[in-house]
Amino acid sequence: MASYTIPHAPGFVANDAPRIVTERFDDPASFTLERYLATGGYDGLRAALERPPDEVHSEVRDATLLGRGGAGFPAGVKWGFCPPGVWPRYLVVNGDESEPGTYKDRLLMELDPHQLIEGCLIACYAVGLSQCFLYIRGEMALAQERVAQALNEAYEAGWVGRNICGTDFSVDIVLHSGAGAYVVGEETALIESLEGNRGMPRLKPPYFPAAIGLYGLPTIVNNVETLSNLPWIMRNGAEAFTAIGTSTSPGTRMIAVSGHVQRPGVYEITNGTTTFRDLIYGEDYCRGMHPGRELKAFVPGGGSAPWFTPAQLDLPFEASEVGPQGSMLGSGAVMVMDDTTDIPAAALTLTKFYAHESCGKCVPCREGATWLERVLRRVCDGTGTPRDLDVLLEVGASISPGDFPHAAVPERGLEAKPFPYQMTTICFVGPSAFAPVHSALTLFPEEFEARVAANAHLDAELSGDPVSEVPVSV
Amino acid sequence: MSFFTEENRALAGEIIGRYPKRRSAMIPLLHVAQGQAGWVTPEAMTEIAELVDTTPAEVLGTCSFYEMFKREPVGKYLVNICVTMSCALAGAVELMEHAEERLGVRAGGTTPDGMFTLASAECQAACTEAPCLQVNYRYRYRVDTEGFDQLIDDLASGSLEGEIPQHGITARVRQRIPEDRMVGAVPPAEVNEAPVWLAVPAPNGAGSS
Repeated sequence: MASYTIPHAPGFVANDAPRIVTERFDDPASFTLERYLATGGYDGLRAALERPPDEVHSEVRDATLLGRGGAGFPAGVKWGFCPPGVWPRYLVVNGDESEPGTYKDRLLMELDPHQLIEGCLIACYAVGLSQCFLYIRGEMALAQERVAQALNEAYEAGWVGRNICGTDFSVDIVLHSGAGAYVVGEETALIESLEGNRGMPRLKPPYFPAAIGLYGLPTIVNNVETLSNLPWIMRNGAEAFTAIGTSTSPGTRMIAVSGHVQRPGVYEITNGTTTFRDLIYGEDYCRGMHPGRELKAFVPGGGSAPWFTPAQLDLPFEASEVGPQGSMLGSGAVMVMDDTTDIPAAALTLTKFYAHESCGKCVPCREGATWLERVLRRVCDGTGTPRDLDVLLEVGASISPGDFPHAAVPERGLEAKPFPYQMTTICFVGPSAFAPVHSALTLFPEEFEARVAANAHLDAELSGDPVSEVPVSV
Repeated sequence: MSFFTEENRALAGEIIGRYPKRRSAMIPLLHVAQGQAGWVTPEAMTEIAELVDTTPAEVLGTCSFYEMFKREPVGKYLVNICVTMSCALAGAVELMEHAEERLGVRAGGTTPDGMFTLASAECQAACTEAPCLQVNYRYRYRVDTEGFDQLIDDLASGSLEGEIPQHGITARVRQRIPEDRMVGAVPPAEVNEAPVWLAVPAPNGAGSS
């Protein structure tokens, strides 16, 4: 195996493991229609158009293409949730990638926008989706420019719009830029945003916008990487796709590894079989820690995911193995912390993120995330007390009652608590604010205790019922 | 007096025409407004309300939810330094301290000459290239203090004007749908049957159900 970086694709590291969605990244002009067509571009669409739509849908279902946005739900099954006889149906592409640590959709949009467009067209054809809205995160200026340019070229050349490839398949793809709001990555919030509203998640049920989505109509919301797999699947077939990886997690996945590793990067890895150890220590991947440093902890699936320690390194990228061990694969982002890391401070960077991004709709999240941030901040500043550590857990329990998922800690005899968690909020932002706090407190309690020990006397001074102790003037 | 220039008014009409409901064009039109003035003015919101058939309060409601829309003037260059986990692990906090010192403003502030607004930002999806920042949403990777100073010098001298447009303009390439190729918006009220290419809607369970 060999691996190499590519100057025009900063952040991406190529290797010779199977490449499905990044196969054109080596080409400096990969984003142009000319280069796309010269490298098998739109062949997947042509292959799809020669078959009835339901066969195309079956092919995707047979490929067990798991959604790459975070939840990991099979795309082909999701497509089947559209209620029969309700028209029109829409496709909304989720390109609002904002999960801390995650970036692969941005690269796919910047470096191979036609592959995404082709994926959108295949989905629209298969499920009978009449119009497509491609929602790109507002801050991603280059991705917006590349996708706009690609759409302009594709329209001119007849790949998008009326009577595509001379058939009766006609669909518009409308580019829609967001304006900065993490929560809009939640699919019902994405739809609200697309309707011109504040991007707040909708009450559930219905759980899937496939039933009631944009303008109250059946709407498929798919992630950029998910759709980018479709041209390859249509060109090579579901069988070739499932031959890569494992039967429950076939194909490849793009994973961004950042933090304290020698070679941080975005890697396309074989799904289901590649382990965290391969990825963090492999010669073709991140090449381990910096000299003299040791791995302390890592976040396995984006900022929302409970943390792992070296004890979980041999787990593969397979949801059915990671879930029981107390975390999730999420959005394909691994953040690595070495032994120099200040754990409470690291947790604060994430909790602060979720507190800032809470949309304010659910009280437990709006208030809870904010208080988690404030209390954790004073612990980090050295002004917290031992009681504050209980407060953090109490506030967390108001967002996510019951045992919160966590990894096993063999040296303390602590067993893993499997995913998922319970929640008092509509969406995952609230529990995500608690996840880093809970993980850090569970895995590294001594770092917190050391921070607050000197202030134990303050708890004693403040004990008792503060209300009854207020002097009352008669 | 109309807020939008003639050109932007035509563009607004084009954008609205792509959506099944006019209100869906609200965020795109707020971007057009911010591109024209550098921030979103009250006049712009009033005019957008008319264009999408709603009230100025509704436009303000949407506008104020989104981080990128600035409801007061900001510097020509908005410098967003990422401070989320991966960047923080790589020294973003120290970078921010240096930036505050260099520009003489705290995060959130604008320099007196109106050139720079400094802000702390959340994850910008460039985590392997930490610490990173964006100037008017154009990336700079693995920024150290010297690199930051150089960037500010270059921006101040105007040598990056070709690469980094003024605040308000994000994408410089716009989608243009040729009229003869456009299918047109598919409004819910006007369509109640399967699209033509699904000739025979399959019964339960099959692909098109």
